[in-house]
Amino acid sequence: MKTKIIKAVKFMGLGYLEPLIRLITGEEVRKNSKDAFKRILFPLLSVVVFILLWHSFSNYLNNVESTLKIEKTLKNQGPEAAKKLEDCIASGDISCRPNSLPSPAMVATALGKLWDDHKIMATKKQDFIDKYETINEERAANGEIEIVYTGRPSFVDQIKTSLKTVFAGFLLSIIIAVPLGIVLGLSDTLRTSFNWLIQILKPVSPVVWLLLVSMIVKTVLTDVDVEKSFVISFISVGLCSMWATLVNTSVGVSSVDKDFMNVAKVLQLGTIKKIFKIILPSSFPMIFTGLRITLSVAWMVLIAIELLAQSPGLGSFVWEEFQNGSSDSNSKIIVAMFVIGIIGFMLDRIMMIFQKLLTFTD
Amino acid sequence: MAYLELKNVCKSYGEGKNKTEVLTNINLKIEEGEFVAIVGFTGSGKTTLVNLLAGLIEPDSGEILFKGQPISGTSHERGIIFQNYSLLPWLSVYENIAMAVRAVFKDWTSKQVDEQVRSFIEKVNLTHAINKKPKELSGGMRQRVAVARALAMKPELILMDEPLGALDALTRGNLQEEILSIWSEDKRTALLITNDVDEGVFMADRVIPLRPGPKATLGPEFNINIDRPRNKIALNHNDNFKTLRNGIIEYLMQIGKERTAGIELPNYELPDLVPMKFD
Repeated sequence: MKTKIIKAVKFMGLGYLEPLIRLITGEEVRKNSKDAFKRILFPLLSVVVFILLWHSFSNYLNNVESTLKIEKTLKNQGPEAAKKLEDCIASGDISCRPNSLPSPAMVATALGKLWDDHKIMATKKQDFIDKYETINEERAANGEIEIVYTGRPSFVDQIKTSLKTVFAGFLLSIIIAVPLGIVLGLSDTLRTSFNWLIQILKPVSPVVWLLLVSMIVKTVLTDVDVEKSFVISFISVGLCSMWATLVNTSVGVSSVDKDFMNVAKVLQLGTIKKIFKIILPSSFPMIFTGLRITLSVAWMVLIAIELLAQSPGLGSFVWEEFQNGSSDSNSKIIVAMFVIGIIGFMLDRIMMIFQKLLTFTD
Repeated sequence: MAYLELKNVCKSYGEGKNKTEVLTNINLKIEEGEFVAIVGFTGSGKTTLVNLLAGLIEPDSGEILFKGQPISGTSHERGIIFQNYSLLPWLSVYENIAMAVRAVFKDWTSKQVDEQVRSFIEKVNLTHAINKKPKELSGGMRQRVAVARALAMKPELILMDEPLGALDALTRGNLQEEILSIWSEDKRTALLITNDVDEGVFMADRVIPLRPGPKATLGPEFNINIDRPRNKIALNHNDNFKTLRNGIIEYLMQIGKERTAGIELPNYELPDLVPMKFD
């Protein structure tokens, strides 16, 4: 039981919990308490240190910003206005808070606010759905268009939209890059002939991909019903991020161990069997590494693409907050930054678990 | 007509200036049911010879006849046990062998395949590890899987390329006996390539030294007229075994010396230096 839990925990990349689990079951108390102390307490301490440093840095920046503001007021509006501003800043009122790096406490407050906002929006949405349920049924029966909720999306809704876009893009890149990579990997001639194209397209910026895709999608999709911005952004994400998978797949397929190929020869496997029983399984580790890179690149470029494509999601959330410049905008942007980071980290971990499940290790 | 015959087989790699002749004028005849061992130094072209016989590579000149027909490409009639096991790491012991069995006996039912696989796993004493992956096995166990895989294909000729080269002496001895006991069940023709003279003498009917490459060629053959089944411990006191073994070793030592004698070392002019005196 215990060894099973430890195995599972290690499998998920949470190996640092091992001494704690052993400690709870009372195994080698001295050694394990030392290990647990080392592997859990120190990382936690580093978090505290990080928050303290951040706090003092933001304090320093805020002080610099307030002094500048006060000096400017003194110069332009005289000592009376300057004194007023100084008192206002000292009181900590929102209206005259210096606009600089928010402190950890402010970010935590902003997170709470966003969560409350989400709850309010969610109840509103639910109320709307309940209210229009019967009406919509009637409308559907009469062949009329249903009334849909068009309220403002909350922060959590934005996260969901972003995840939807990134998965659509990721799926697209798998569908394109894996089969193409296999074909290129199998044929030396094809690989060397198309290498230039891959090398040129690989470093192209997400912004340019977005523009290219929108040029094409605009002409192809004239149907108004389709969410054009969603289509544009997920295709751009897919095209932008697929290169790692394409290159890794073709390299993996082309560099199958000679011993395995000899086995295939001795067993006289046909081409299809050779691909599915020897070449693909042996290049799975490479393909999965490519897929992991692709997913993290997809998540990274997604924010920039959403921001430009006016497609809903975390990217547009960040951009809107930056544009509206309210007193807690900066804090909300920092919240989004951490959320983006944590989700990216989790996506990578999920891919790592899949990789461990599906591939062999030597 | 011999069962397997090599006529003036030559093989070289590279072209022009960089050409290395690995094997030259290899002539060999093996009769059906014979167990032949080829002994040679590392780097003498042993693996090239096995690859030629398996059909993984083609000779530059000369002929390889198997049952009177020149061989072309690989065939299920000629099974091979690779030097480095060559097990597929993503498949379990069972799946590795089952894949080979299915490839050879295409019209078998899954029950027949299952029986064949299980019986061969039992023969190499690996039933307890049947669902393990190669990385979970020791070197000796991996080689057992490779042996079971090659033999489960029921080849008419078994080629063994230093199958026990990477194993420790004890495991080696055990596996030699296991291979021999499986082989003696139906006495198929076998060709063992090895760098261990004792192994060759213990296992084979005939031992042929391979003169070291480049331009490797086969030396005079030694007939091992010791009755089977052979007992390892008893062999140590067998005079016949001792003379044969010493004869082969002496021959190999001598050609080793010839090889180094043929190479002229460049004559370096050493500078005439004397330590400096400080007084």
